[in-house]
Amino acid sequence: MARFRVCPDSGFYFDRSAESLMKVNAVAGVVFLLIAGLLALGVILTRWQEVHLLPADLFYQVLTAHGINALIFWVIFFEMAVLYFASSTLLRSRLAAPGWAWAGFALMIIGAVMNNVAVLQGNSSVMMTSYVPMQAAPHFYLGLILFAVGALIGCFVFLGTLVLAKDDKTYDGSIPLVTFGALTACIIAIFTIASGAIILFPTFLWSIGYINHIDAEMYRIIWWALGHSSQQINVAAHVSIWYLITGILFGARPMSEKVSRFAFLLYIFFLQLASAHHILVDPGVSSEWKIFNTSYAMYLAVLASMIHGLTVPGAMEVAQRSKGYTKGLFEWLRKAPWGNPVFSGFFFALIIFGFIGGITGVVMGTEQINLIIHNTIYVPAHFHATVAVGTTLTFMALTYLLIPVLFRRALFLPWMAKLQPYVFSLGMTIMILFLLGAGTLGVSRRHWDMDFTGAALSFEYPGTAYMMMAVGGIGGVLGVLGGAMFLIVTVGSLLFGKKLEPSAGLFQGFCGIPLADSVYNVEQPPRLERAEPIEHDHSGGFEAPGTFVLALALLVCFVVYYAINWDYLSSVWPIG
Amino acid sequence: MSSFLPPADRIWWNVPVGKQEIIWAGIALVWCLIMFFMMPYWHVYGKQNLSTEAYQTNAEKYGESVEAFVAEYQTGVEEQSGMPIVTPPAGSDIYMLGRLWQWYPILNLEKGETYRLHLGSMDWNHGFSLQPVNINLQVVPGYEMVINVTPDQAGEFTVVCNEYCGIGHHTMLGKIYVKEN
Repeated sequence: MARFRVCPDSGFYFDRSAESLMKVNAVAGVVFLLIAGLLALGVILTRWQEVHLLPADLFYQVLTAHGINALIFWVIFFEMAVLYFASSTLLRSRLAAPGWAWAGFALMIIGAVMNNVAVLQGNSSVMMTSYVPMQAAPHFYLGLILFAVGALIGCFVFLGTLVLAKDDKTYDGSIPLVTFGALTACIIAIFTIASGAIILFPTFLWSIGYINHIDAEMYRIIWWALGHSSQQINVAAHVSIWYLITGILFGARPMSEKVSRFAFLLYIFFLQLASAHHILVDPGVSSEWKIFNTSYAMYLAVLASMIHGLTVPGAMEVAQRSKGYTKGLFEWLRKAPWGNPVFSGFFFALIIFGFIGGITGVVMGTEQINLIIHNTIYVPAHFHATVAVGTTLTFMALTYLLIPVLFRRALFLPWMAKLQPYVFSLGMTIMILFLLGAGTLGVSRRHWDMDFTGAALSFEYPGTAYMMMAVGGIGGVLGVLGGAMFLIVTVGSLLFGKKLEPSAGLFQGFCGIPLADSVYNVEQPPRLERAEPIEHDHSGGFEAPGTFVLALALLVCFVVYYAINWDYLSSVWPIG
Repeated sequence: MSSFLPPADRIWWNVPVGKQEIIWAGIALVWCLIMFFMMPYWHVYGKQNLSTEAYQTNAEKYGESVEAFVAEYQTGVEEQSGMPIVTPPAGSDIYMLGRLWQWYPILNLEKGETYRLHLGSMDWNHGFSLQPVNINLQVVPGYEMVINVTPDQAGEFTVVCNEYCGIGHHTMLGKIYVKEN
């Protein structure tokens, strides 16, 4: 029986087992996104003080589960699908060790369910960070460990597939940029998971009584090498997907393979230092350590992101200009397919990630400025711009692309799909901007009641803080609505979407069962050839002037906002 | 197309890079270096730098230091909470501890004086969030952090706990009064 099918619409070759694994991982990811999204509603409607929906214990329980499901389970399941796609499908290779990949998937499911059960049982409301010595039930930690081991197996299957593709000579020359980016994500993931194991395993032993003490500061430092670096897997993954989407939609090619790959290399070297961002106002850590680490060694990873910020839209602009959209600075952008959710989702993710997530991240990660931001609601606002919009919306955009290609279904309710990135981005942007504002006014994160009901002493936040939390709440509800629209479209497509020939049956999409045997009629796909050569003519002016203007706009916002925050810092009590 | 195809040039790292990318990478690098050097610069010329003085301790030991401090300088009791109000001499070592769920004791300070503020936790992680000034510090059990703080405004200030510490987290408040001298 032949291994591969070729997708008649996209021309991608799918290895049978890789295809099934991509499906199940993507579906599992979306299920955890559904859970995270429902929980998000509980969080927002409680922090919106006028609504104040949940009681305290339930709020902390919901917040714990929301964080873990969204930041860990949703993104990492989806990233497994991305890794298999970037290796097996893009390189036209069979998947290495599919049995191991299934075992990894099973472990991830068991771990994710176990962790959720622990939180649901009610005595593990310790937040995603589970700082010791606050203790969760043993299966809270065990679930996370099993999940991590499963993900680690997935990483090695990805690496094995790269080796296999090279041995089988399935492609000519070097691996494509998108695969290179996925490899970056995989390397960062291995580092991250190792850090997680180093701290969570002893914590698990502590929770069952085999170890009697874990140093609270050591826990924080090592845990954050898991907590923050795991978000850098997302960065590498979603930047790769941006290159993929511009390639598929516009036929874009990287402006320079060297520059883009160098930027990914900078991620590998420097992104992991991000652990320090959470330790800037902790006791017992030297200033030199903080400065070096928080700046990713002189901001070399920020440099990488700024480079991608130019080269991703730049590649799209060059491609559009070559198609004749050359009028003015921005015709290439105005004439982009704004009604296609794959494009609008990708582009909003790029802009919100860069302009809001990137800038706020660097500002709050500055050693001294962190004093006025640490643990305020500014922090979740920042990472909702990076992960909940940057990564999540990118994955949503990719899902719209994959439903016809991988699941062989037309999109269900295409008008809703078309609107979804707009509703989601608008809602999330409102929420993020207003929570940033509330954080600047000192409103605390992970806090049930900004009225401090029942406290022996009293304190009142300014009225503006309440207003900002309320508007942020409205934005958040709109964001959840946007998320619900995504789920309606995706789940609806698998259930009711028009079947594309060759097609899968009703439940095949969900369970990862392959299409009919007859569809797999390619024993070995033809070798993947190198891209068509082009003239490298750098003699003229800028190839992508519009993108350059956008990049300068980003820089101006960056500089101004950075200066404002130093000014704010200089106004607080002198401390030293 | 080549973002997901192997590069056109086998030796892709020798292909010359366009002017635009070089200029942008140069600008970005300069900006990154400026941001990097801002941090050491502020250590020299800025007034808000967190000290790195810290000691390993434990709840019992730290609690004793705080109680001794309270016994020596207590000047009153806050009516609403029954919490001791402590008025230490200007420029001295002052103590505050976080525990489930209070910041203890209440401090009475003088504007413009510099104090050595000791912070520690008796149980879990707590967050020292001074409002409405908005200075935020992590208070970690097992560690005693010492920072030099100079209140430059008079008035009533509140310490909010901004690290989640269980079901009563939202009731955990403390007070610092600063009077004109």
